[in-house]
Amino acid sequence: MKIQIIIDGHMVQVDNGTSVLQASRKAGIDIPTLCYHEALKPYGSCRLCMVEIVQNKQRRLVTSCNFPAETGMEVFTDTDGVKQVRKHVLELLLARCPEVPMIQTMARRMGIEKTGFKKIESKECILCGLCVRFCEEAVGAAAIGLSNRGTEREVTTPFKSSSDTCIGCGSCTYICPTACIEMIPDEKISGIRNMNMGRLSLELCSNDYKCTDCDIEQTFIKDIKSVIAQFRKKDKTQ
Amino acid sequence: MEQITDISGLEALREEILANRNKDKTILRTCISTGCKAQKSLKVVEALKAAIKEHGLQEKVEIKKTGCHGFCEMGPIMVVEPENIFYRKVKPEDVGEILSTLNGSGGVVERLLWKDPVTKELATHERELPLYSKQNKNVISRSGKIDPADIEDYIASGGYSALSKVLHSMKPAEVINAVIASGLRGRGGGGFSTGLKWKICSNAPGDMKYIVANGDEGDPGAFMDRSLMEGDPHSIVEGMVIGAYAIGASRGFIYVREEYPIAIEHLSIAIKKSEEYGLLGNDIMGSGFDFSVQINRGAGAFVCGEETSLMISLEGKSGTPRSRPPYPAIEGLWGKPTIINNVETLGNIPLIISKGADEYAAVGTEGSKGTKVFSLVGKVQNTGLIEVEMGTTLREIIFGIGGGIRKGRSFKAVQTGGPSGGCIPITKIDMSVDYDSLREAGAIMGSGGMIVMDETSCMVDVARYFIDFLMYESCGKCVPCREGLKQMHHILENICEGTGEEKDIETLTGLARFMSTSSLCGLGSTAPNPVLSTIRHFRHEYESHIHDRKCRSGVCKNLFEYIIDQELCNGCGLCRVKCPEKVVSGEKKKPHSIDNEKCIKCGICFNSCKFNAIVVK
Repeated sequence: MKIQIIIDGHMVQVDNGTSVLQASRKAGIDIPTLCYHEALKPYGSCRLCMVEIVQNKQRRLVTSCNFPAETGMEVFTDTDGVKQVRKHVLELLLARCPEVPMIQTMARRMGIEKTGFKKIESKECILCGLCVRFCEEAVGAAAIGLSNRGTEREVTTPFKSSSDTCIGCGSCTYICPTACIEMIPDEKISGIRNMNMGRLSLELCSNDYKCTDCDIEQTFIKDIKSVIAQFRKKDKTQ
Repeated sequence: MEQITDISGLEALREEILANRNKDKTILRTCISTGCKAQKSLKVVEALKAAIKEHGLQEKVEIKKTGCHGFCEMGPIMVVEPENIFYRKVKPEDVGEILSTLNGSGGVVERLLWKDPVTKELATHERELPLYSKQNKNVISRSGKIDPADIEDYIASGGYSALSKVLHSMKPAEVINAVIASGLRGRGGGGFSTGLKWKICSNAPGDMKYIVANGDEGDPGAFMDRSLMEGDPHSIVEGMVIGAYAIGASRGFIYVREEYPIAIEHLSIAIKKSEEYGLLGNDIMGSGFDFSVQINRGAGAFVCGEETSLMISLEGKSGTPRSRPPYPAIEGLWGKPTIINNVETLGNIPLIISKGADEYAAVGTEGSKGTKVFSLVGKVQNTGLIEVEMGTTLREIIFGIGGGIRKGRSFKAVQTGGPSGGCIPITKIDMSVDYDSLREAGAIMGSGGMIVMDETSCMVDVARYFIDFLMYESCGKCVPCREGLKQMHHILENICEGTGEEKDIETLTGLARFMSTSSLCGLGSTAPNPVLSTIRHFRHEYESHIHDRKCRSGVCKNLFEYIIDQELCNGCGLCRVKCPEKVVSGEKKKPHSIDNEKCIKCGICFNSCKFNAIVVK
């Protein structure tokens, strides 16, 4: 079944079940995201993809990544309200990760030169959860997770020790938008890796972190699928 | 025990229980709920048992271990029936004297009676206490009256009649319509129509549906849900079975926080007993309806009180919320349609069915029906658990039931709705307490916590306290809540320490608006309420902290000094004796003074001075 929605004045026809974000991208309207990846289920944590929708005469802000498009819905991706949300999200992330080039670039692209908030800390991880979700949903290994809560939340292996479920595929290092995960081989145990946050060359992405329709992305997904297939085959034969 | 298989079975059992009761017996209703137990009420019960045995009064006197009576600060509480004589702060050594008044002479132990702190009058009976006399107890009417571990006591007081009526004479749709007509709104915070929620779930496709009772009460200063679970667990079970029948659920969960061991114990007994009596399990009361309930203990995360986090926690994962839609009523636990109701909401259900929706809806305001349980705490004379009609004014609650402010101080604000609620100032003291009025005033109903503050509370510090709590309890999933609270906390700490900046109020307001519109769940979107409501109603306090570097309430230690008024001080020397740092000096019967260079601002002198000679400057 096809549905029709209006995005920034353009009529867009999409399949039923399509998210507002997917529909917008289909119409060529770019909505910035940090925690979204098309290979994964939407998560809705970065709040960068928020848009204004009008439905049943009610106007409200929703996250486009996980909000289903419905017939009769009107979407606005560039209102003052939307801009305010993006500005706040990026300013807060700049205050959290002042030294991360990717966040700096993204902010600059939105006209934010510096954050209005205090730089209380200097972290590199933005807690988008892409690595954790990719490891669980796409790889099927679930070797890393999010521990603690609130301001203490962090990505780590269980009990911060070598994970015996990690297959060493490297997806987490690849998918991390701020490139803060490094995989180092453990000398003692073959095939098992430790997770080390914080030291990976930022030159890895030759595409300046524009993730939409990136060639590297597509190749990677293909590669990783074959790695997983091999791993599972090996696992079965054992 | 033979299982109840039809309506007449329940009625017959009730008559049998009542007939077997010895009406001449004196009943000593002793509270063993958390508050009283912490004050050693179990020792009182043991002493009573021993004394009854010693005097051979087993046939004349009976001890009934009950749930919360409501006046927790006066615990251990004991009420002597049938006269309803109210004894407070009962100690094991008092039991002999209490028993000696039961020989028919009609005497009372005067020193155990409650004395009005203002009028100094003694109150002999429960009904003479202002905390009780001005209430309208419905949901918590049994708490403190029945033995929560005794199902027969519940049945004798009319329990399970509503369930019997539902199972034998009402269709699920009729139950839902009755709940919609009653106007009942969720008592846990959101205030969504319970009946409509049930209707959505009932219409959702699926052969497996769940109903969950949310007893994960985590607000500081709130104990409504705990008291209900401890004092009247069967009312929750009964409400749940009715809800399950209405929506077509076959399994239920009660999510209780681990920190409530007595609630868990009493609920477990209630479930086991109701199964034995055929009121839970397969073919309930011979109606063919099957429903089972299981208790799940929460591991101590505040965010698990939020419905989507609660579900994820129930599924065995770490409790973090997820976006809605899909709403739990359509896609909930393990992807199945699920209803999550607060325990107090469920406690209202048997009342609606028994009384009928119209009679239930006759009480309350246009948009908020029925009664609401509050935990009234803070600087009021009488603190405790209260239940009042929706629409009662704040003045009636704080000055009527609560008896006004302690130590003759003046009222400053009342914080409603827990950490996500707001502070309401004196100018709104005559406002009606209902969902809509509270929201309009920048607060929320929440689950029903009410913290009363006087002139010695600094509103910036109050906001800082709640933001500190929420920052610790935020799950950290979404950016606005995690990073926003961290920044808010940082700014508020600075203001309280005296390093606040001119632009801080504006930054806080902007951040608060952003958080309330863009956070993922209810915790984040209501988290800025303490800041927004204090800025709205107490902006001058923020300004005096930032501009004048003064905290006029005497809370933020860098921003005030204690000064002894040389005219009011008569040189009694109490402050000099009590000062832990020995920085108060002065000759006897001559005005004293404080060395502010060395003063640690602990406030002991301020609180001990009987002549109000120590002032905050």
